[in-house]
Amino acid sequence: MATLYIDNRPYDVKEGKNLLETCLTLGFDLPYFCWHPAMGSVGACRQCAIKIFKDENDTAGRLVMSCMEPVGKETRISLDHPDAEKFRKSVIEWLMTNHPHDCAVCDEGGSCHLQDMTVMTGHNYRRFEFPKRTYVNQYLGPLINHEMNRCIQCYRCVRFYKDYAGGKDLDVYAAHNHVYFGREKDGILESEFSGNLAEICPTGVFTDKTLKQHYSRKWDFTFAPSVCQHCSLGCNIIAGERYGELRQITSRYNGDVNGYFICDRGRFGYEAANSVDRIYQPALKEENVSLNQEYIINDIAALLSTSNCVGIGSPRASLESNFALQQLVGNGNYYSGWSDEEHRLNKAALNILQNRTAEIVSLKQIEQYDSILILGEDLTNTAPMAALTVRQAVRKKPVENAQQNINLATWHDAALREYIQQRHSDLFILHPHSTKLDEIATQVSYSTPHEIAAKGFTIAAAIDATADQVIDQIATSLLNAQKPLIITGTSLFNEPLLAAAEAIVKALKKRGKQPGIFITQADCNSMGLAMMNVPPLSSAFSKLSDSTLIILETDLYRNLSTEKADEIMNLPKRIIVFDHIKSTTSEKADIKVPVGMFSEADGTIVNNEGRAQRFFQVFVPKNEWLKESWRWLSLLKALKDGKAIDENLSISNIQSTLVEALPQFRGIEDAALSEDFRLNGQKVPRAPHRYSGRTAMLSNENVSEPKPPQDIDSPMSFTMEGYRGIPPSSVTPFFWSPGWNSVQSINKFQIEIGGPLHDGNPGVRLVNSNSSITPIDFEQKTEKISLKEFEWQLVPVYHIFGSEELSAKAPAIAELTPKPYLGLNQYSLAKLNLQENDMATIEHHGRAYQLPVRLRAEINNEVALILFGLPQTAFFVKPVIIKIRPASNGITNNNSKHE
Amino acid sequence: MAQKILLKNINIPGINTFEVYRQHGGYAAVEKALKTMSADDVVEEVKKSGLRGRGGAGFPTGMKWSFLAKPEGVPRYLVCNADESEPGTFKDRYLMTHTPHTLIEGMIVSSFALGANTSYIYVRGEMMPQIRILEKAIAEAKNAGFLGKNILGTGYDLEIYVQPGGGAYICGEETALLESLEGKRGNPRIKPPFPAIAGLYGCPTVVNNVESIAAVSWIVVNGGDEYAKIGIGRSTGTKLISASGNINKPGVYEIELGLSVEEFIYSDEYCGGIANGKRLKAVVAGGSSVPILPANLILKLANGQPRLMSYESLAEGGFATGTMLGSGGFIVMDEDACVVRNTWNFSRFYHHESCGQCSPCREGTGWMEKVLHRIEYGHGKMSDIDLLVDVSKKIEGNTICPLGDAAAWPVASAIRHFRDEFEWHVNNPKAAMDGNYGLANYADPIPVVEEAS
Ligand SMILES: Cc1cc2nc3c(=O)[nH]c(=O)nc-3n(C[C@H](O)[C@H](O)[C@H](O)COP(=O)(O)O)c2cc1C
Ligand code: SF4
Ligand code: SF4
Ligand code: SF4
Ligand code: FES
Repeated sequence: MATLYIDNRPYDVKEGKNLLETCLTLGFDLPYFCWHPAMGSVGACRQCAIKIFKDENDTAGRLVMSCMEPVGKETRISLDHPDAEKFRKSVIEWLMTNHPHDCAVCDEGGSCHLQDMTVMTGHNYRRFEFPKRTYVNQYLGPLINHEMNRCIQCYRCVRFYKDYAGGKDLDVYAAHNHVYFGREKDGILESEFSGNLAEICPTGVFTDKTLKQHYSRKWDFTFAPSVCQHCSLGCNIIAGERYGELRQITSRYNGDVNGYFICDRGRFGYEAANSVDRIYQPALKEENVSLNQEYIINDIAALLSTSNCVGIGSPRASLESNFALQQLVGNGNYYSGWSDEEHRLNKAALNILQNRTAEIVSLKQIEQYDSILILGEDLTNTAPMAALTVRQAVRKKPVENAQQNINLATWHDAALREYIQQRHSDLFILHPHSTKLDEIATQVSYSTPHEIAAKGFTIAAAIDATADQVIDQIATSLLNAQKPLIITGTSLFNEPLLAAAEAIVKALKKRGKQPGIFITQADCNSMGLAMMNVPPLSSAFSKLSDSTLIILETDLYRNLSTEKADEIMNLPKRIIVFDHIKSTTSEKADIKVPVGMFSEADGTIVNNEGRAQRFFQVFVPKNEWLKESWRWLSLLKALKDGKAIDENLSISNIQSTLVEALPQFRGIEDAALSEDFRLNGQKVPRAPHRYSGRTAMLSNENVSEPKPPQDIDSPMSFTMEGYRGIPPSSVTPFFWSPGWNSVQSINKFQIEIGGPLHDGNPGVRLVNSNSSITPIDFEQKTEKISLKEFEWQLVPVYHIFGSEELSAKAPAIAELTPKPYLGLNQYSLAKLNLQENDMATIEHHGRAYQLPVRLRAEINNEVALILFGLPQTAFFVKPVIIKIRPASNGITNNNSKHE
Repeated sequence: MAQKILLKNINIPGINTFEVYRQHGGYAAVEKALKTMSADDVVEEVKKSGLRGRGGAGFPTGMKWSFLAKPEGVPRYLVCNADESEPGTFKDRYLMTHTPHTLIEGMIVSSFALGANTSYIYVRGEMMPQIRILEKAIAEAKNAGFLGKNILGTGYDLEIYVQPGGGAYICGEETALLESLEGKRGNPRIKPPFPAIAGLYGCPTVVNNVESIAAVSWIVVNGGDEYAKIGIGRSTGTKLISASGNINKPGVYEIELGLSVEEFIYSDEYCGGIANGKRLKAVVAGGSSVPILPANLILKLANGQPRLMSYESLAEGGFATGTMLGSGGFIVMDEDACVVRNTWNFSRFYHHESCGQCSPCREGTGWMEKVLHRIEYGHGKMSDIDLLVDVSKKIEGNTICPLGDAAAWPVASAIRHFRDEFEWHVNNPKAAMDGNYGLANYADPIPVVEEAS
């Protein structure tokens, strides 16, 4: 602890932090631009100037940049000193000399850090009387808009894009007051994290282009705290609605999960909610006509009570919805939507976490690990934010060295990067193909999934051996690390990989290390479904014939081969699908019932580390069908059982039944405050207090303002009325604080800058130890796959855009989805007499498919890569062996060599 | 005749070749240092010499060297700053063109002293001929066994690389230079950490000016004490001065520090007086970034003593009446020179060369340039003069690198000493466009023509 005198008042503060973050933590308002809590200081904008004094007797003091000065044992500063105030004011004056002052037409207006800082410093009179400089803007793709005239040259964008996120195609060009932030030439931004520019940039240079299609000011949104549904990591998001439409996703700070950022799939995938593929009306297959709600529901209830029902759950539906279905069809009749492989994989993932040999690592905690082994995950494309955290993790050791060797503070970003240069802590990647993280890896190797698993077992054996026998570089590094971490996942559909990861952590544990484990899965609630402990689809077969099958928010055709899925779909007497988006499955159903998407629903999902997180309904859609699946299913259960219908069934009601029936979920009630929580007797408003147009927006329907909808599921109102202060973290719909309209207001919601939110980061870790340490199994459960001539192992390649079902329906994401291809190496191409871009004919299950060929020089001779999850590659749902037809000699190029 | 160290042999034909240079005693410093001295001995001699950095700041070279961190197993670098882009300064180019081996020899000895096995000469991009000259000199020295592995059989290895810059003035600032050398955009770094701790590629690094390094050979051969005998007080040794402007004999002169300004301007050995028989109005004594001084203040100190060409004497009087030796770019203005135009011209340069990193310099330099432009072109307002003072004051001392100061000082000093000339421009826009303010009250205290002849 140290003492900091601010304008002669003493405060107890932490030594070593910089003065800016310390003042902000203490609640002072001090303007800044180039500093960012996640990226540290560079001292460039000079906005954060304060006076520092040598001692009590020093009255003159020295003007310094608060972001560049550490807190000493006893430090004396003044924020209010006239010199400092004047200087801060003139920095704004400088920045404003060339700023276009186009707030009225700027997307940032109302949530703009530059506006906030300008008001904070009090600059209001313009002395610059010359024409302003102007720039030509660039086309940066469908996600981000560029308006360079507004730039105040704080360098945050390039620092985030290049230094923090490893992007290559955004930079700073030119010099003096004409520096330019953009790409070398127009073109789509290549980084998977480009959307964060909209939040990083303190002005309206980089803004969300998808928001532009249906723009709204921050103060006009209705927001809710939500959780991203587009991968298993469960990044926290803020979802915003206006005029009954989901219009914007921004990151919601969670110090344990995603920190300040989210990926582009998470930010821009939301437009699926407004896509043409939404199911808005129920339909019967035969007539395909819309039907009256009561009729449909009563009809379904009747069907359910007269036939045997089977239910298929979903890894992308909430726990509550899965549970409601299980209740409706009965325990023995409820199955996960998974194939056997997926079932085993996700169970294995859960088991490893439960075994607790290793620390279960949260997304943000990855940054604390100093030697990382990635076994068969292309994180950038399967769990994007994990890739971003790994990029920070590999700086850990070099940063510590910089601290030790030359006493550099961790926040001194520029100096750290100059000192560290390209150095990084150990990162090893074993994968079938090259990945974006390879560039920061110590060692990469490309092999078949089975070989990767085999290598994993070898590493485990090497770790387990006595020290002098350890020869493996990876084993040595993991053993020498303070905190070794193994990252693996289910994306290669390879169980031995998970077993190998487990063997490694057990071996490390045996050698006295505290290894960490991080396992990624496919869907936002994969872990929740695994924890429900229900049988896979294959076990349902015997019960299906003549049954009424209810399929909840899932597309069987994504999880099973077409043949298998068809087989299932043909057995039942009738099929009822509850889903919010069209799929092959929903279109084949006899009855499809629309339900609410995450923005129209309340629910709990469990992320890959076993953290239960609550997402809240953002708005009440006019379409009364768009309610949670669990609400419909509970209603049906009541009807089926002939019980009274509870009109006011709330999420707490279903949660308490849930934890009673499935005690492993005890704790989900604490993932958010319950609906009866009040602050000063008030609810927390979802809309900012400047929300406009409320009385007008529905006047075309009714001149008298309708009663606002009531929320029975949460302590939040759907309006701007309610508690005005900082709400508890789990029910914080948006970040705002007086004088801080931009996202930077987050500073006011944290205990300390970059630390946890005021009452803790939301979410509850459910997975508990069963602490029985089982013996290490080094046995290589990997069978050698033998391939016949012209056979290859088909291995999935994921793409952040396109490989995930929901986000792929968002137009901007669809635009960025790559074309399907078959990736083969030189050897394979030669053998097949094929050239890049030729069409290859794949034979699988007696059918032939055609795909253009792309050269992937790095992959193994036995591997053929296929882009996963696209409609054109839908026949591929798990690794299979395929036959590829060689091109006949007539067509080929003479370059190809035959082996 | 004053002692010459760097340019002593400059007129010997072929001195730019290894052979001739060697015949005239060249590379004796390398032999002496590598064979008979330890690295610390060399550092000690340089300390004793009192040599101060010739790149502008005048920081004692020996002291800078002794600050170099020497962590185990980490390479150290010597980087020669040959980016010379300051308006009015052209001495390094002259030295490199005519006697490149003087620099190479100095580089070898200095690298040895610092324990560097790889050294760089970062040359301003526009100096392509000099780059070729240096590369040839390096090849010759290597051929003769003075560079490469195991130099002169002493076991000391050294490679010197010449790196052309991209032509930005800011890349002469040592940390921007390092960024540029690393292949990045030349934005200055924030200090600390200093290059001596974390410089090139994060390793301990010394950055020295061409002239500083070149002087080291002589110091090694003749001893630091001998060097310290030349000059005056803490301004020891000789200094190359780039003389330009309205003088009879512009060019590069090697002077012993302590020479009087008056002698430098008027004696035939140096500038040879003001051209065309005109009178002296003002001098920018140390390159475009130092404060401009009117004739009376540059020739005499406040106490009436003559002002000398030394770090201390030129700085005497502080900002009120003094200036700086800087990089030795001596720009002389006669009675017909327009201070406003000259100030605008400088500020145009600094605006253009600002790297664009920190707000005061990036925005302030552009603003000052615009205001000065409009005063010079007859659209100025009286309040503009105070505005310039205000902007320059807020830049000064508040930027990441000294370019901010360098941009602020010329403006601040011009207004400090020539305010009436600015006001005259505002009040007489038409006259200002057609003619100029002349000598006015900045009377050259020396009756020029008579004295000089
Ligand atoms: C804007 C700016 C430009 C500079 N340009 C040069 C230059 O061209 N050559 C040079 O030697 N030093 C230049 N310097 C000074 C260097 O930063 C550094 O102090 C010098 O190279 C150190 O060498 P010395 O100690 O031998 O003088 C410049 C400084 C600034 C702030
Ligand atoms: S574009 Fe935005 S983030 Fe980038 S420098 Fe300009 S204002 Fe800063
Ligand atoms: S990493 Fe996953 S959870 Fe996080 S924002 Fe991206 S898609 Fe959503
Ligand atoms: S003072 Fe000017 S040149 Fe120096 S870092 Fe700042 S903007 Fe760049
Ligand atoms: S925030 Fe401190 S200088 Fe930019």
